[in-house]
Amino acid sequence: MLAPADFAALWLTAKLATVTTLLLLLIGTPLAWWLARTRSWWKGPLGAVVALPIVLPPTVLGFYLLLLLGPNGPVGRFTEWAGIGLLPFSFGGLVVGSVLYSMPFVVQPIQNAFEAIGDGPLEAAATLRAAPLDAFFSVAVPLARPGFLTATVLGFAHTVGEFGVVLMIGGNIPDQTRVVSVLIYDHVEAMDYAQAHWLAGGMVVFAFLVLLALYLLNSRGRRA
Amino acid sequence: MKRNALVLGLAMSATAQAGDVQVAVAANFMAPAKQIAQHFERDTGHKATLSFGGTGKLYAQIRNGAPFDVMLAGDDTTPARLEAEGGALAGTRFTYATGRLVLWSARPGLVDDKGEVLKKGEFKHIAIANPRLAPYGAAAIETLTARRLLDAVQARFVQADNIAQAHQFVATGNAELGFVALSQLMKNGKLGEGSAWVVPASLHQPIRQDAVIIDKGKGKPAAEAWMKYLKGDKAKAVIKSFGYEV
Repeated sequence: MLAPADFAALWLTAKLATVTTLLLLLIGTPLAWWLARTRSWWKGPLGAVVALPIVLPPTVLGFYLLLLLGPNGPVGRFTEWAGIGLLPFSFGGLVVGSVLYSMPFVVQPIQNAFEAIGDGPLEAAATLRAAPLDAFFSVAVPLARPGFLTATVLGFAHTVGEFGVVLMIGGNIPDQTRVVSVLIYDHVEAMDYAQAHWLAGGMVVFAFLVLLALYLLNSRGRRA
Repeated sequence: MKRNALVLGLAMSATAQAGDVQVAVAANFMAPAKQIAQHFERDTGHKATLSFGGTGKLYAQIRNGAPFDVMLAGDDTTPARLEAEGGALAGTRFTYATGRLVLWSARPGLVDDKGEVLKKGEFKHIAIANPRLAPYGAAAIETLTARRLLDAVQARFVQADNIAQAHQFVATGNAELGFVALSQLMKNGKLGEGSAWVVPASLHQPIRQDAVIIDKGKGKPAAEAWMKYLKGDKAKAVIKSFGYEV
């Protein structure tokens, strides 16, 4: 059966995925909006940078984060200078890693949804004297709802399933960085297969319930 | 001339029955295993194909049909377990290397040669390999317990999944110091950069790494030749040069 350490890891994973998803929606929405609407030359390069984490193997990404965020890395020097301290081996560090790692899975669905709206509805809103911000919230966002749902689901799921990045910058600290995927790996490496099966099963059930709830919420929202 | 003919004859007889041996090697033994494999191929004509991984992962792969003939484990419990479960040949197990534990920092002068730095506690993170998975991690816990420092230091642990990652945490400066394997710090038979305390072997159980012939290697001449070669002087010299005891 599941031990207290397993429940702690499940709780931490849920917390990490939730914080990461919320942050990504906050950062990703304006970014996706800009990518969808801009005619700037920078659209190509920036879009490519957002998609980069898909290319890099997670452990490789994690290794370079460890270098970047560490005491000898430029970001690490900055965070120390700013009084935040060093990010590796902390919950905050995992959030930073997860946001980078799951970024494309949130930005791209929202961007696609914004692009699919086209100019028409926004021009109509403008002729009705809606300010740009008003048009964004009362026209663009509701129309892009399916994109937001996909982004939320993918961002959350991708963070729950994250392993390589956390392994590299986490340090396996209980209640701080020991998430479910790392703990399952530990159980397997320690040849404690029964424990691994229970936890993996628990993870699947938990993820299924969260995803199911999201999908049900969406279909009810549409009917209303 | 006569001697040359003899050497030629030996070489030919060796190649005549040359075979392949698939060796699963614990990650910490990667570098010496590569060197030994080169010597082995030159001296016996057999070919050794090496696969590297954590001992626990290799065990899972072997139990699920991986095509390995020999395992060079990073501990002594896994080969014994394989043998008890009938996955390895009884009577072939032996200790090919004994590891030495080191408290190491990438910063020169941080670690003194008696390990007093642990008492002073002027560090935020200390890296160790997960004691549940890695013998070096378990040895680190035993060392701290023997020095009565475990309670004081424990809160500052960052755990790596294996000894390679523990080394990485320290090498990148993210942990000021950490317990690693002497074999990771040896370059050309000497300790590399940074500062280190080679932990006296009396402070922990010996870190024995055992080799064993797997079921699939049964009756393979190349597998037997590899085990024999591993016990020989040439292999021992290589193993020693990497900071292991034999």
